[in-house]
Amino acid sequence: MKAAVIVFPAATSDRDTKVCLEQSTGKPVHMVWHGDTEIPDVDLIVLPGGFSYGDYLRCGAMASHSPIMKEVKSRAKQGVHVLGICNGFQILCESGLLPGVLMRNAGLKFICKDVDLRVENDTTPFTRGYGKGQAVRIPVSHHDGNYFADDAALEKLEDEGRVAFRYLANPNGSRADIAGILNDKGNVLGMMPHPERLADAQLGGTDGRPMFDALTEALS
Amino acid sequence: MSEITPDVIASHGFTEDEYEEVLRIMGREPNLTELGVFSVMWSEHCSYKSSKKWLKTLPTEAPWVICGPGENAGVIDIGDNQAVIFKMESHNHPSFIEPYQGAATGVGGIMRDVFTMGARPIANLNALRFGAPEHRKTRHLVAGVVAGIGDYGNCMGVPTVGGECEFHASYDGNILVNAMTVGLADAGNIFYSAAAGVGNPVVYVGSKTGRDGIHGATMASAEFCEDSEEKRPTVQVGDPFTEKLLLEACLELMATDAIVAIQDMGAAGLTSSSFEMASKGGVGIEMDLDQVPQREENMTAYEMLLSESQERMLMVLQPGKEKMARAVFEKWELDFAVVGTLTDTGRMVIRHQGEVVADLPIDPLASASPEYNRPWTPTPAAPAISPADVPAPDSLTGVLKTLIGTPDLCSKRWIWEQYDHMVMTDTIGRPGGDAALVRVHGTKKALAMSSDCTPRYCLADPVQGGRQTVAESWRNVTATGATPLAITDNMNFGNPEKPEIMGQFVGCIEGMREACMALDYPVISGNVSLYNETRGTAICPTPTIGGVGLIEDSAKAVDSAFPAEGQAIILIGETRGHLGSSLYLREIAGGEDGAPPPVDLAAERRNGDFVRGLILAGQATACHDLSGGGLAVALAEMAMAGDMGAAIEPANGDLPLHAWLFGEDQARYLLTVGDAESVLAAAAEAGVPAAVIGTTGAKELTLGKNETISVADLKTAHEVWLPGFMAAPDTFE
Repeated sequence: MKAAVIVFPAATSDRDTKVCLEQSTGKPVHMVWHGDTEIPDVDLIVLPGGFSYGDYLRCGAMASHSPIMKEVKSRAKQGVHVLGICNGFQILCESGLLPGVLMRNAGLKFICKDVDLRVENDTTPFTRGYGKGQAVRIPVSHHDGNYFADDAALEKLEDEGRVAFRYLANPNGSRADIAGILNDKGNVLGMMPHPERLADAQLGGTDGRPMFDALTEALS
Repeated sequence: MSEITPDVIASHGFTEDEYEEVLRIMGREPNLTELGVFSVMWSEHCSYKSSKKWLKTLPTEAPWVICGPGENAGVIDIGDNQAVIFKMESHNHPSFIEPYQGAATGVGGIMRDVFTMGARPIANLNALRFGAPEHRKTRHLVAGVVAGIGDYGNCMGVPTVGGECEFHASYDGNILVNAMTVGLADAGNIFYSAAAGVGNPVVYVGSKTGRDGIHGATMASAEFCEDSEEKRPTVQVGDPFTEKLLLEACLELMATDAIVAIQDMGAAGLTSSSFEMASKGGVGIEMDLDQVPQREENMTAYEMLLSESQERMLMVLQPGKEKMARAVFEKWELDFAVVGTLTDTGRMVIRHQGEVVADLPIDPLASASPEYNRPWTPTPAAPAISPADVPAPDSLTGVLKTLIGTPDLCSKRWIWEQYDHMVMTDTIGRPGGDAALVRVHGTKKALAMSSDCTPRYCLADPVQGGRQTVAESWRNVTATGATPLAITDNMNFGNPEKPEIMGQFVGCIEGMREACMALDYPVISGNVSLYNETRGTAICPTPTIGGVGLIEDSAKAVDSAFPAEGQAIILIGETRGHLGSSLYLREIAGGEDGAPPPVDLAAERRNGDFVRGLILAGQATACHDLSGGGLAVALAEMAMAGDMGAAIEPANGDLPLHAWLFGEDQARYLLTVGDAESVLAAAAEAGVPAAVIGTTGAKELTLGKNETISVADLKTAHEVWLPGFMAAPDTFE
């Protein structure tokens, strides 16, 4: 699998994501500057965590208008897999690739801790490394992870099996305990938790690693 | 330009003698701009005029020290052509006036100090001291400071991995916010601040200059009074997004050969950075303020020179590199302006709108600034308190439960969960333990880092307190298996013009000096914050120590959690049941008196080296340093971390059991081991006191007959206070 990580100004998890992808794929990852307009021929595009544009205006809002996003949208439409983690999820929502929005945490504070998730959909290349219903421990680290979609959008997500992960103990007030969702074609995943942060036993866990291993296997 | 009246002179913080010296140096009356420059450069904050005589006595050298105090931060060698750069700095006064921005810009400032030397910051720590919980401002200050630290560090993508937070009424009107950054650099590519090369361009990069923070350094050099809260305009406003861009842009340019010297604009902004660079390099500067990027209209020379707008750097470039350097900063959408040229005059000549607005000699303002030998009186010795004189409690486990739920000892999870402590994916020892452990990216090595101070000891006996603070830092680093390498000191004290306060400072420095010498733990950077007084009441003397150590193979590191059932628990070090100035005395017996525990530095060294050896040999499966609350609190912490109990068989001999459990004797550690006999034999051979005091297992901690408490109850008691306090409604009258 060939992968690219988009580097927005004040991306903070770009290197962590690169390290994790390289660990699973054994191949160098393309780091693509947000101001560019082209992405190399890759199988996976990752929008990493961070504070693009300082979270000014609204998280992900300004980054969704970065020059590179036109190409990300075009590739997603062509079926290339796109993974948005944390700020990447926010950018995917702001750019219309995923429905809904991430609001300020219900507790109004930044939260960084390990949380337990339930895998709700194990049929995509992102999630087939897990079993449906499996509990996995993956950290969150965000101020604005409170997922909201209106009733109609939420019903559609549920009916189409597009909720990928749900919190077992909701840390941020997300509707329906949603931690991650898929687009209608199943090739775009946005999630607030950071799988790249627990993919190394020395860091205290490896539940994030199956995501990258499964993507590598499915997209090679 | 305004007239220089006695009022103007006094409002700039000059004594009569100091102003006479200004006149002597200038040979004429200074104009207002020049007076402002003198004022900030000679402020306590920038000149260290009361403290430098004593700071010079601290040991600053070791074979592994690449750069000691005097630069933006200190540098140590960690092998493999890698260097670690670190420093701690206070932002006390601004954080009291405006806690969110004050704390945020404190974090921003210390990170700039580290990356200006060529390091990528890899970890932040902070030491916070607030007033009594019942003080009406405390909750507001805690909320603002923690949010400010979190928002700045989080956006920078630098994990905040450790620190401390305590509460005491002496900080009611003067909180302490001490922020530390640790960075990693290529040992062959470290950047210093000495300007060189007459004719070379002086370049300003980063954010535009505004009117914020004018006279921040002067404010930080005076006692607080009734109107201090009206000084909010002197607090700077932080923009972590710009700082993140500045970090990346600086590191990108540092990978080329364009930079001769670089210095961040911190306290006293453009003035301090330009004077320090010129002074260190023995050169002069001609500066044109019209070239300075400005955020506001019609700024005067005075305002531009004294602004403490954040996220700015001053550099001297190699000639001909301006275009390439400009392209780097423009890529990151940052300002870049050539604002001056180096000269051979030794003078700072500043132009604004075509006129010379300041013409000042450099050395008398920077390296030759005043140095005072302030009168000081030694702190009277506190009476020793015998363990037998402190009444025993009804219930030992009841006391333990109370102690671990007190503001000082309770879990600080509410704080550190607001900090991204995992980004960069190298945090292998998360907050809450003895020292945080952060891998050196891409290697087997890891750095242990800790921040420590015990102000109640420093108040009772500054010399012992100074020793203890350094020793505790050394123990915390040691308890992970790392070798302590160096410290940064952040000296927070009251008004140095009072002999008893100066005596506290002198005493703490003496104790620190002795400990640094005995433990091979030199001071490589630091910061002094004086005048921490409000309405004449001083804070407890608080010399915060930030320590850093190295473990070559991070797989050998241990933490403090009970790791498995059936492990022997070994107490290392001698227990005499010292309760003077202890938390037991304060929280249970209701006293804050008594001499603090004496620190035997030879025992510290011997016991610590022994413990580290065991850890590295794989003979210790967990390790915890003993500090506030003594043995019982350390046992509880190990139990809670491991979610596992232990049965303790008290070995108190002639000591009252409560003194054995809660005494705060120094040079002690708790270990868990699989093979107790061989560890005891090795300890006997090394002359290290060691005794098996119990065994791990079950879900309860048993301290003796009828003294059992469940680990779940301990955890509840430990976790409940801080979130409850922060959620309680404010009770403003």
